[in-house]
Amino acid sequence: MLSFRFAVRLLLIALITGLTVPQFAAADVREDIAAVLKVDHQARNIDLARQGVENLQKSGIDALLPILNGLEDANPLAANYLRNAFETVASDAVANGQKLPVEDLLNFVRRTKNRDIARRLAFEWIRKVEPEQAEELIPNFLGDPSAELRREAVARLLKEAEQMEPNNPGRQSRYLQALSGASDDDQVKKIVAALKDLDVEVNVQEHYGFLNTWHLIGPFDNRDKKGFDVVYPPENEINLEAEYEGQLGPVRWQQLQTDDPYGLLNIATDFGPYKGAVVYAYSEFESEYDQPVELRLATPNAWKIWLNDELVFEREEYHRGTFFDQYRVPARLKPGKNKILIKVLQNEQDDSWAQVYQIQFRICQPNGMALQPAGKE
Amino acid sequence: MRYFLCLMLLALSTVAQADDWLQFRGTSSPGVVQGPELPESFDQIAWTADLDGRGSSSPIIVGDKVFVTGCEGPRQDRLTVTCFAEADGKQLWKREFWATGRTVCHQKMSVATPTPASDGERIYASYSSNDVACLDLEGNLLWYRGLTYDFPNVSNSLGMSSSVIVKDGTVVCMAENDTQSMTFGLNADDGTTKWQLDRPRGANWTSPIAWPGEESIVLLQSSKGVTAIEPATGKTVWEYLDGAATIPSLTAVNGLVIVPSHGLTALKPGVSDTTVPEIVWQASQLSPSTPSPVVTENYAYVINGAGVLSCGDLSDGKRVWQCRMSGKFSATPLISGDRLYAINEQGNAQVVQLTPEGGEVLNSHEFGETVLATPSAADGAIYVRSDNHLWKIK
Repeated sequence: MLSFRFAVRLLLIALITGLTVPQFAAADVREDIAAVLKVDHQARNIDLARQGVENLQKSGIDALLPILNGLEDANPLAANYLRNAFETVASDAVANGQKLPVEDLLNFVRRTKNRDIARRLAFEWIRKVEPEQAEELIPNFLGDPSAELRREAVARLLKEAEQMEPNNPGRQSRYLQALSGASDDDQVKKIVAALKDLDVEVNVQEHYGFLNTWHLIGPFDNRDKKGFDVVYPPENEINLEAEYEGQLGPVRWQQLQTDDPYGLLNIATDFGPYKGAVVYAYSEFESEYDQPVELRLATPNAWKIWLNDELVFEREEYHRGTFFDQYRVPARLKPGKNKILIKVLQNEQDDSWAQVYQIQFRICQPNGMALQPAGKE
Repeated sequence: MRYFLCLMLLALSTVAQADDWLQFRGTSSPGVVQGPELPESFDQIAWTADLDGRGSSSPIIVGDKVFVTGCEGPRQDRLTVTCFAEADGKQLWKREFWATGRTVCHQKMSVATPTPASDGERIYASYSSNDVACLDLEGNLLWYRGLTYDFPNVSNSLGMSSSVIVKDGTVVCMAENDTQSMTFGLNADDGTTKWQLDRPRGANWTSPIAWPGEESIVLLQSSKGVTAIEPATGKTVWEYLDGAATIPSLTAVNGLVIVPSHGLTALKPGVSDTTVPEIVWQASQLSPSTPSPVVTENYAYVINGAGVLSCGDLSDGKRVWQCRMSGKFSATPLISGDRLYAINEQGNAQVVQLTPEGGEVLNSHEFGETVLATPSAADGAIYVRSDNHLWKIK
């Protein structure tokens, strides 16, 4: 329900300008969303955002679709302000017995060009108020750009396969279908295990797009953890024929390939169990297009990554665990050859668990699906 | 007239009460219940509410509402605040946010490990991703900060657990880690940064506390020791630099700061040199593991890694007695009257009778689920949460 003050505000504006209330309400909603979108780092424009959210919360269900559309251009902070406005409006409406604009929400979800987080939000509210209609959408999500919506379709297929008799030939096709949309590792692991039971081997390395061929050089000095900001020669040039003075004598690039299903490149066992050391790993990736990607790295060691000679991120943390897709760094590939250089640093801790020296790396679409290099089927 | 009556009722229902539980380990003396005594056992379950996703933060209780944070989704990147009616456990509202910082963490932890805080009017919910959301008691978002969004290397791959506190209009957020280690003082009204401190580099899972005395001071613990700061400015008042643990948190009572340092160390603010505190005693036999120490008027209690409860004399730190409990503990216990309430990681809740001569486990209750969160208490009731449930015991 409109607040009294808000209603008076609309009425006065309408009387003065001769416009109808709905037209002006729509304009106000757009202005309020624009105000929210201005919030940014360090709470910049926070007053505008707060006022915008407060107004949106009073705007009623007509604001729901504009809020979803507003999410298209929202930075991560503004997105949360808009989400809260959406949820308060929607929950108030439901509590007051109002019907949400389900048809509009369904159309919003179906349009895959809309932003993934906004589509997911709309889907959740459809599921709350019209669960059957939400369920009908799910089979279409298997190839969806949204990882969260794809997950729904994969889960549905997994459930169907698990409910089939063991000798039903449909099980294998269900699992293979599910694999085609799976990028969350808990789901992939389930599918791979089920297919293995059906004598179908999955190339997990290829499924995720792990880089498996690397050139390594080192060790360079990182005693007392002083090597993080030291610029060793590979940071200035990539010359795979060059020889440099390393920590323990001259060093040259060596090629290593990993067969590990999860693309694990074990520096400690396959290159050297160096301590207080810097090792550089270099690889290349052919991209068909200029495209946004995520560089996904897992390592318990400190690291820096350069893409095409540009430092994209660095982190000086040692032995705080390593997890699948531990770091997700947004980046942009150029068409043709892209150069990836990773500086991997080991400290001098002598605990048994601190001997791990490894990386796992993939370049994927921002939604987590593998990106195959150009020219590869 | 009806409008004013409604306003009055609304105000009465939301104003914080003296025995509210507004932050991690409670509002006044950490872990010590000041209000009505708690039930004699955990068996007396008044209601159970379902929770989604994961979370090891403590519930907080403001007036007639219980607030619980959580995280959902395969990457735990959906951050939640859920509000329940204290009377019957009915869910009143739930709000969700998208994490703006990293959400990887050790499988034992979750992104919703830090406990939210309240000043009685607003909820300040923080997460391992270093997102901080401020909501009113009705679930309306007042401000939102992404500290890792602002400073991308403020994170810890094992997860972060420091709970926020709010003191004199400042929300103190410790986001201390190996790489970009910082503590922030945010304006409680609008979330803007009042101050930010570069802090010792090193993973730190401890939580700040407010000095219970008249001076407005907040105490920060790190591997380097303890720093007392003014919450309004972040300015250092005094420092203890002899090292401290990075998991169990300090507490304060009777003018003493009890720090997990060399076992336990008791400090009191310096007199001749006010920038250096005086060490009253150090007790290597009182060494807490993950649960923080709980200190009453006369005794300090710690639980070690083997589940042994030790009682030390607050006057000199000497160990008085030990009592073996069952299991391994992550949650900090509560003390109410002469009873200690502890829940082990397997969800076995034990009530220990405390006397000057020894401790005795009086009874136990199986929750049947992993419990890592420190319980909370208000108005004679205990609140316990797991990933899946919130229980009120009264």
